[in-house]
Amino acid sequence: MILKLKNHHLEQMLAHAGRDYPSECCGILLGKTDGESKIVHEIIEMRNLRHNPSKAQELLPLDSTEKETDRNRFLIDPEEQVRVEKSARERRLDVIGYYHSHPDHPARPSGYDRDHAWPWYSYVIIQVFRGKAGEFTSWVLTEDRSGFDYEGIELEV
Amino acid sequence: MEVKIIIPTPLRQYTEKRDAVQLRAATVGEALQGLTGLYGGLRKHLYNDEGKLRSFVNVYLNDEDIRYLQKDQTPVKENDVISIVPSIAGGAGRLCICS
Ligand SMILES: [Zn+2]
Repeated sequence: MILKLKNHHLEQMLAHAGRDYPSECCGILLGKTDGESKIVHEIIEMRNLRHNPSKAQELLPLDSTEKETDRNRFLIDPEEQVRVEKSARERRLDVIGYYHSHPDHPARPSGYDRDHAWPWYSYVIIQVFRGKAGEFTSWVLTEDRSGFDYEGIELEV
Repeated sequence: MEVKIIIPTPLRQYTEKRDAVQLRAATVGEALQGLTGLYGGLRKHLYNDEGKLRSFVNVYLNDEDIRYLQKDQTPVKENDVISIVPSIAGGAGRLCICS
């Protein structure tokens, strides 16, 4: 599959990533599938629930809340996720993927990303270096859950 | 009891494109076991190697998180609806381990 998005979608994600630095930002890609393409229609910026460690810890515990914080972890509240998904469906859109930032880390998926991924979704990662959003990539979990395959991004003006 | 399990989009490739599956079960756990019995490809995306539900996989019975009910022992009633919702999570490598 290939991920198609418009320039303003990308700019919205990069701006979000820069604004939330040094925390990780996260959000949802809404769109449609057309043959071998996933076409982004809307970017929904979401709250990183790791800003609220006690709630986040209840939903998805981390091994170490000292080493793992909102600077290297994100979590989307599943209730907010359900709400976005429902309202998207009313507009005949589907959740086709997610994005998050890697502050001062490369735009490559981590083991933690892999352990919390589902197949088919596009996982867009944005590198933010010293507050400036830079490289971005998209990934799809491999069938055996061992890693990610690189996914092509097609930018339309 | 006959219950309906809603299948999220990324997992429909394992359920012959079905967006919902109806089956008979007494508890939520039994319903999910029945589901992965029918569609084995789902199992590794819902359960870990120890056969436990993956930590990021949330299960709702009629909009209530089963974590706050009786988990997979939660009894079901006729026509109940079970939804599977991932906690979307991730992040960079651990702090201080920079390659
Ligand atoms: Zn990541």
